[in-house]
Amino acid sequence: MNSNLVYFDYASTTPVDPRVAEKMHECLLLDGNFGNPASRSHEFGWKADEAVEKARLHVANLVKADSREIVWTSGATESDNLAIKGAARFYKDRGNHIITSKIEHKAVLDPCRQLEREGFEITYLDPDENGVISLDNIKKHVKDSTILLSIMHINNELGAVNNIEEIGKFTRENNIIFHVDAAQSTGKLPIDLSKLDVDLMSFSGHKTYGPKGIGALYVRRKPRIRLEALIHGGGHERGFRSGTLPTHQIVGMGEAFRIAAEEMEKDNKKIAKLADLFWKEVSDIEEIYLNGSFKNKIPNITNISFAYIEGESLIMALKDVAVSSGSACTSASLEPSYVLRALGRADELAHSSIRFSFGRFTTEKEVKMVAETTKRVVHQLRELSPLWDMYKDGVDLEKVEWVTH
Amino acid sequence: MYSRKVIQKFEETLKNPKAHNVGRMDVKAKNVGTGMVGAPACGDVMRLQIEVNDKDVITDCKFKTYGCGSAIASSQQMIEMLIGKTLEEAKNIKDREIAELLELPSIKIHCSVLAEDSIKKAIADYESKKA
Repeated sequence: MNSNLVYFDYASTTPVDPRVAEKMHECLLLDGNFGNPASRSHEFGWKADEAVEKARLHVANLVKADSREIVWTSGATESDNLAIKGAARFYKDRGNHIITSKIEHKAVLDPCRQLEREGFEITYLDPDENGVISLDNIKKHVKDSTILLSIMHINNELGAVNNIEEIGKFTRENNIIFHVDAAQSTGKLPIDLSKLDVDLMSFSGHKTYGPKGIGALYVRRKPRIRLEALIHGGGHERGFRSGTLPTHQIVGMGEAFRIAAEEMEKDNKKIAKLADLFWKEVSDIEEIYLNGSFKNKIPNITNISFAYIEGESLIMALKDVAVSSGSACTSASLEPSYVLRALGRADELAHSSIRFSFGRFTTEKEVKMVAETTKRVVHQLRELSPLWDMYKDGVDLEKVEWVTH
Repeated sequence: MYSRKVIQKFEETLKNPKAHNVGRMDVKAKNVGTGMVGAPACGDVMRLQIEVNDKDVITDCKFKTYGCGSAIASSQQMIEMLIGKTLEEAKNIKDREIAELLELPSIKIHCSVLAEDSIKKAIADYESKKA
């Protein structure tokens, strides 16, 4: 790989921390901890089981849960599926109404679509202009038949943070199961499940310097939450999720979460400083818009719309920088970001958006370099843009009759 | 996902816009035809201007394009094909030729369609001024 490439896409995935890789490596070879954690008849199995339980404890510790409340899955997508489909199907006799939001990850929206096909009724809430779901909005849509609410903690495109403490109090009082997709949260915001009224919470290994292909679902014990399993075959994970446990993946996620608990404060301080520096550097570019609000977002994600430039061309011009865009041209569907559209942003601003996301290994030098390059290429691309000309000429683009195709 | 040609055309244009016909001409001039197609909400807008001499030959072109990398590369490819052609020849340029020359992935064919449309509109504008 080109060693000049700068990685500013930590919200998409993170590299595995070297300390994590080392622990994982210990669980692969004949002389290592390779056994099947479900083997009860020999030491290979016992040792593997011990490692899995230690990792479970690390995950539980980071979010102040009981380790018996942690169920291993293949990733946050499976956790979301298990939580939403599992709870809906188990509690379907109580009601058939589910509430979620328009800006959830597809791992939440697609299971909801599936449940609609099964006869459930889903309400998709609008966020406010900064990507936050308000409690008032939730209250307005609750019915007697509402059994489940699924709201993300931190939005993956904007970094916007929802108040899950406040929402949880309401759902608990109203006997509604509360699922939170926290794939973006671990190691970024403290989570205390001993205090939060959250019933189900999804975690991902690879967003927190752990490996891909491993995640977990928190399933509350008191009050006890039950789920209909999606995968059957051996009754592993107390029947919630069958399948041989991948010891190396689990140990990796455990170590990653252990490190996150230990270094969260240090990481966050550093990242906040870098994010400030980045914004300071780029904010003198004309006609740019922050998607989301500084008041209510994590510093790890800075999502900016550069008006009059199309996002994919900006990504191509920023060729040594790995970022992602809400532009239609970078998606297989040719639709601009549904998250930005749900905020009420005009389509052209969605097409013009770039998500810069920083992480543990981001350096000040990289931030300065990327800010500098961004300034240069935004200027270059605007020189190429007929819309920029029109804007500079004082033409109101809203009033132009466009020839669409 | 892009061919080397798309990336090369895009980067050349970005680096040296003037040498690659980025710019604008006087919209009102009698010998200039302007065609603007696309919409900001769709993610691409192409503005093509052609300068035509009294023998109906396209002597110069200018363009500006808002859009993805392949839209910018398609504009550039179109310009190369237009200069020196008569209006009748230019009318026969097909989006397929542009797409093939740039080896555009099928999901990006609309970029070359946009280019063909802008040629047609620019010529129509020029002809309406002459009429």
